[in-house]
Amino acid sequence: MAKTLTRGGASSGLGVDAAVAKQLLTDMLLIRRFEEKAAEAYTLGKIGGFLHLYIGEEAVAVGTTSVLRPDDYAISAYREHGHCLAKGSDPKRVMAELYGRRDGLCKGKGGSMHLFDRSTNFLGGHAIVGAHLPIAAGVGFAIKYQGGDQVIVCYFGDGAVPEGEFHESMNLAALWKLPVIFLCENNRYAMGTSVERALAQTEIWRFGQTYGVPSERVDGMDVLAVREAVARAVTRARQHKTPALLEADTYRYRGHSMRDPAGAVYRTKEEVEREKLRDPIVLFRDKLLAAGLLAEADVRAIEKDVNDRVDEAVAFADASPEPPGEWLFTDIYKEA
Amino acid sequence: MAVMTYREALNLALREEMRRDPRVFVIGEEVGLYEGAYKVTQGLLKEFGGQRVVDTPIAESGFTGVGIGAAMVGLRPVVEMMTFNFALLALDQIVNSAAKMHYMSGGQFNVPIVIRGPGGPAAQLAAQHSQSMETYFYHVPGLKVVRPTTPMDAKGLLKSAIRDDNPVIFIESETLYSVKGEVPDDPEFLIPLGKALVRREGTDVTVIAYMGMMYRAMEAAEELEKEGISVELVDPRTLRPMDTETIIGSVRKTHRAVIVEAGAGFAGMGSEIAAFVTEQAFDDLDAPVERVTGANAPMPYARNLEKLKTPSKDKILAAVRRVCNANGG
Ligand SMILES: Cc1ncc(C[n+]2csc(CCOP(=O)(O)OP(=O)(O)O)c2C)c(N)n1
Ligand SMILES: [Mg+2]
Repeated sequence: MAKTLTRGGASSGLGVDAAVAKQLLTDMLLIRRFEEKAAEAYTLGKIGGFLHLYIGEEAVAVGTTSVLRPDDYAISAYREHGHCLAKGSDPKRVMAELYGRRDGLCKGKGGSMHLFDRSTNFLGGHAIVGAHLPIAAGVGFAIKYQGGDQVIVCYFGDGAVPEGEFHESMNLAALWKLPVIFLCENNRYAMGTSVERALAQTEIWRFGQTYGVPSERVDGMDVLAVREAVARAVTRARQHKTPALLEADTYRYRGHSMRDPAGAVYRTKEEVEREKLRDPIVLFRDKLLAAGLLAEADVRAIEKDVNDRVDEAVAFADASPEPPGEWLFTDIYKEA
Repeated sequence: MAVMTYREALNLALREEMRRDPRVFVIGEEVGLYEGAYKVTQGLLKEFGGQRVVDTPIAESGFTGVGIGAAMVGLRPVVEMMTFNFALLALDQIVNSAAKMHYMSGGQFNVPIVIRGPGGPAAQLAAQHSQSMETYFYHVPGLKVVRPTTPMDAKGLLKSAIRDDNPVIFIESETLYSVKGEVPDDPEFLIPLGKALVRREGTDVTVIAYMGMMYRAMEAAEELEKEGISVELVDPRTLRPMDTETIIGSVRKTHRAVIVEAGAGFAGMGSEIAAFVTEQAFDDLDAPVERVTGANAPMPYARNLEKLKTPSKDKILAAVRRVCNANGG
């Protein structure tokens, strides 16, 4: 959905014109509504297994993707619905995948944690914490090998930082100068473990310095700030094959997964309420209204459009049949 | 045909495939400047340069993941494990990433990668460097697992593995690198994965073995011939997918089966072969299937204990005699 957007519209003072602003808001809202509907469907028993919602973190995926080209790659962990939608996947097929249906992106074989979309260069959906970081480095290696100028954005949580693979990947990407943007979504918790209880160095961006990787911290609740920081990293990566480490300061409003509904044992209600004051969607919408880039009527129109698309996605998923039994044995190997 | 060592056969396979397909590259510890811990990649850096012969730091999980990512977007990596013992550090990448990518993605992303290097018992290298590693891999749907016994197989199977569109675990052996044998010169000489080979025809008993155990079983077979026992030797060559047809066909002919494997017997390759032989050819059997396996102990260092750990020729002889003297018919 997010197209390559160029900066413009100096008049707003926000660094983006009305069209771009509208797109960013729409994309964030789509993810929010999609996740809310997914939670509902989970409660109804239509979605099973683990379901990790992205609510609260939408500005990261949307701001990031808004400066990528369609031929750039993205890869993520298991809280990836937002990254996948932002990269341009059809919400209908994403919802059908969560439902485990045959029209899902992965024919119902991947599920919520394993979304892949070749048509948008979205490389998954990986549920072993830390494991997709070396894979991202490998995609960066291939880009360079093939003489391309694409980049890969690798989203991961603060929980991956203490894993060895984070450090192996940072080292290899720096050593070999690979166009990989490591984007840590620091939502302050890995399940119930706060970064203070997990990391001797809680300022995650500083790990980049150890490996000589340009690094910065960015407000992950500010879609424009994310967009600008990622744009800087993308430019460097395209031109000089330099990796980057970005730490987006963000927050998840829901529990770790639907099995942790309250998400309340390891953090206080007050903390969650305080964080909701910086809701990335509310903040951005108000900013646009204040700057006169959007009117209330525009916002209502965007909301209606998004709600319609999400309803359509749910109807599509509901109508899609279960995968046929023979599919258990297909795709295990690629046949010549 | 040229006579060359197992090591040279692997080297030739790599060279030919790298010449043929610019997407093929070699990556691992000491593969370039040092020319391979076991010299399998000798001369490759000189011929193909640093972009295609990539030395890595000691980071098995990291560089295996790099191979997987590169394979997802169109390259054909050959990842060298200095020895397969170290592949355990990359086990998650192999089992959870490489093996499952095609399935999880509903067929959108395949991972054409070869992970190769020596494994199995080696000379006095003790518990951590001398063990059969195939067990950890052949259990996993989505992987192919190859164990090439001869120089000819080493070349023909490695070339097929590189051309395969799926992750292939290719486990060589320190003790076989210097073995010599005939190898076809034809750069299009390929041995298909998943095809067993009858290495010796016989009529009384089928012995199934691979790698070092095949050489030992061959000696046993020559000796048994003098006693009037005719041994048929079957080498599976690929452990997954396993050519059950060839093995069952042989057992139907000889009515007896002995499986020899170097690794610890519990839940080993022999267990699986014994199970499918019993399931599919029970009525053809004149004796219970026998397994001659490595002892259920870690590999000791001391020479005498090490000898006790791995199946000896005497144990193979005894097992074959037992099944041939049993009279089930
Ligand atoms: C290697 C590994 N260990 C443990 C788990 C179980 N687990 C799943 S998510 C998670 C927390 C990860 O937190 P983080 O990386 O911060 O991502 P977030 O959930 O906050 O988005 C854990 C421990 C896992 N999936 N993989
Ligand atoms: Mg987290």
